[in-house]
Amino acid sequence: MKPVMSVEIGSLKLRNPVMTASGTFGYGEEFSQYVDLEKIGAFVTKGLSLKPRAGNPTPRIVETPGGMLNAIGLQNVGIDAFIQKKVPFLRSVNTPAIANFFGYTPDEYAELASRLDAIPEVAALEVNISCPNVKQGGIVFGTDPGCAASVVAACRAATKKTLIVKLSPNVTDIVEMALACEGAGADALSVINTLTGMAIDLERRRPVLANVTGGLSGPAIKPIALRMVWQVARAVKLPVIGIGGIMSATDALEFILAGATAVQVGTASFVNPAAAQEIAEGMEQWLAERGIADVRSLIGALEG
Amino acid sequence: MQFKAMILDNAEVSPGYWRMRMTAPSEMLAARPGQFVMVRVNPSIDPLIRRPFGVFDVGTLQPAYTGAAPQPYLEILYRVVGKGTGMLSTLHENDILDVLGPLGTGFDTGPAGEEKLIVGGGVGLAPLYLLAKELVKDSPVRLFAGGRTKDDVLCITEFERLGVECYTATEDGSLGECGLVTKVLEQRLDTTANKGQIFACGPHGMLKAVAGIGAKRSVKTQVSLEGYMACGMGACLGCVCQGAEHSSENPDYRCVCTEGPVFEADELKWEGN
Repeated sequence: MKPVMSVEIGSLKLRNPVMTASGTFGYGEEFSQYVDLEKIGAFVTKGLSLKPRAGNPTPRIVETPGGMLNAIGLQNVGIDAFIQKKVPFLRSVNTPAIANFFGYTPDEYAELASRLDAIPEVAALEVNISCPNVKQGGIVFGTDPGCAASVVAACRAATKKTLIVKLSPNVTDIVEMALACEGAGADALSVINTLTGMAIDLERRRPVLANVTGGLSGPAIKPIALRMVWQVARAVKLPVIGIGGIMSATDALEFILAGATAVQVGTASFVNPAAAQEIAEGMEQWLAERGIADVRSLIGALEG
Repeated sequence: MQFKAMILDNAEVSPGYWRMRMTAPSEMLAARPGQFVMVRVNPSIDPLIRRPFGVFDVGTLQPAYTGAAPQPYLEILYRVVGKGTGMLSTLHENDILDVLGPLGTGFDTGPAGEEKLIVGGGVGLAPLYLLAKELVKDSPVRLFAGGRTKDDVLCITEFERLGVECYTATEDGSLGECGLVTKVLEQRLDTTANKGQIFACGPHGMLKAVAGIGAKRSVKTQVSLEGYMACGMGACLGCVCQGAEHSSENPDYRCVCTEGPVFEADELKWEGN
């Protein structure tokens, strides 16, 4: 018997719990020859700002044991070019596209939310309050519960679509942040963004990244991400989307057990562009082999 | 295209430099000179990220016996620089790799008959062999190959077999001219009326010098860049380089993986880089 794999995030219905993470999947089109986009639950596009952003100088990425650091600096085409050049592709795919976005003030966040709300091809919004690589933006809102609540409330007022808030792990208490976002009207929480890290070139006595620090992703962060998903899922009523080092169906199912309703696959798509599809198929197979009828029965089903 | 490749041969061609031949789908035979592949060294998480390699050669092995299917293959030439390439060098015949490609833009081979000057530094020769193979079909081709020592000047015999006239230079004088290969290139350009065009791949300093040499003499110059990249398909935005008009006020970053790795030298910003 084929297990039921569909889940709901707010008003968003997903054919399965596997999405791709923002910044690791371009605008979807880049990966379309490697992965069947209609075999995954949803895909999240590269973080958008009102104006195009060039991003940071290079080197922007470096591999570290079991992971990678990036300091791209939110390079993106901006909302106007997104509408002109990227949205037509979204229309051609029968899979929800979630637009990730960020601003520098609550007003900017609200303006973006309202413009994205007007695009029929955008199924839901993921607000980034947690980029570690941009000094003036994101992170400020992601580390102070009051600031986070004001941004989320501004976005909430600007859209009726499902509003997902992507949380930073670079905080003292992620539960406090999660509760603030829930209180301000978020529909779901993405947990976690990258962890701030650093790599050093010993011989040159310099940081490897031009930005000095960057966001750590990949399997190296999975235990931390699992812990945070577990903490947040116990504390809020909202659905949680688990993110952090998911490379396999097993990893994804561990996040579901910890309390996630869905997951996002990030760095794995760089290593294997078909990763998200393979993980979705692997999850279904795992359930089928064990006679589990519905993936939702595993959400937060951690024992002990 | 993503495919599993079986290693057919993996041999050290010079100290620290390896040449690997692997099976490939027939679509790989259409790879353009200058395109590259992303190789996953092993299925574990260390190393995690794929490594990019220029396509050194593609071809078809004749059947081993009557009636057997011909086997298309792909070759890469690589230098052992770190953990990933170190592991790659320990692999053997019949080991399996996961490969993405061909990726990126290739060289524009230009009009027939015109003299083609190829400049390669060290492992930068990797994407230039397939280019030379293509160019010799309809043009006279000269190769300028440089390196620190004779050990860093690779596969010259293969280029000679194609009928390419080869010039070499080493910084220690152990092979060819003593000094930089760009000096030999300049000498050639300054003694011929037939300036043709330049194709270069190698360390950044060499490319910068070649770009200057081409610009000064109004010779069309294409360069193939290296970039530190995670995906190879324009998603990670790790490998960007600066366009000619780039400034902090008007940024112009180009993806080495999808907009390159081959660029016209005058499209890029060289000063300060």
